[in-house]
Amino acid sequence: MNVGDIVAEKSFELTRDSLVRYAGASGDFNSIHYRDDVAVDVGLPGVLAHGMLTMGLAIQPVVDWIGDPAKVLDYTVRFTRPVLVPAIGHATVTVVAKVGALEEGVARIDLTVTVDESTVLGKAQARVAV
Amino acid sequence: MNPELQGRAFAPTAPYLVGREKVREFSRAVFATNPINTDTDAAIAAGYTDVVAPPTFAIVIQQFTLDQLVSTEDSGIDMTHIVHGEQRFSYTRPIVAGDELTATLAVTSIKSLGGNAMVTAESTIVDSDKKHVVTAISTLVVRGDA
Repeated sequence: MNVGDIVAEKSFELTRDSLVRYAGASGDFNSIHYRDDVAVDVGLPGVLAHGMLTMGLAIQPVVDWIGDPAKVLDYTVRFTRPVLVPAIGHATVTVVAKVGALEEGVARIDLTVTVDESTVLGKAQARVAV
Repeated sequence: MNPELQGRAFAPTAPYLVGREKVREFSRAVFATNPINTDTDAAIAAGYTDVVAPPTFAIVIQQFTLDQLVSTEDSGIDMTHIVHGEQRFSYTRPIVAGDELTATLAVTSIKSLGGNAMVTAESTIVDSDKKHVVTAISTLVVRGDA
């Protein structure tokens, strides 16, 4: 493994169903994540994915690469751009995971997370045991 | 936003028992495909006592402390004016089904930023032996245009 290597790459299709499923699983029932009228009322362009859903799925290609969810020691992101999810169809979230740094037994993995080629998470980094 | 929240002591949350089916449900919701998240046999074969929660599961327990913060009478925070700015999880060990977890909130920083406030809420999550499991840190932007 070398700095700069791409270790994982995956795309996810987010639908309104995905958002409702995440709402139930996480307990975050903020209605901007499933009701168009509420989202528009608070000045949003539409229903958004939970930031924590985007964060949660973005680490999964790394978990699959490393083979064990427990090897993720530290994970941090900035929420820089909301992910709009249409009522019909889906939003495609693409994750590219690259080795950012290597030290004794730990790799820093830098994630590039985009929707329509725009970055939605900033400074998304995980430290994983290798 | 009340600047005096920084440094205030908050009571630990009520113990949260991590259920196996909750871990499976959360795993499916974040598109986890690793069998250690959902299959007890795979988790035991990997050396765990039960299924392991995905790395962001700690938000479920941290949320109780964020609710505590927002509902603090003198917080000056309006729930509808909060935007999640940053999130971090720092693990000592993974969360496993069967864990009984308690979170304690600390407000570590409050900064003003052009009419808005940026608050950093740090939740230290420990198991029933009071041993550290994970620290979850949220930076929230509280819009001042209420």
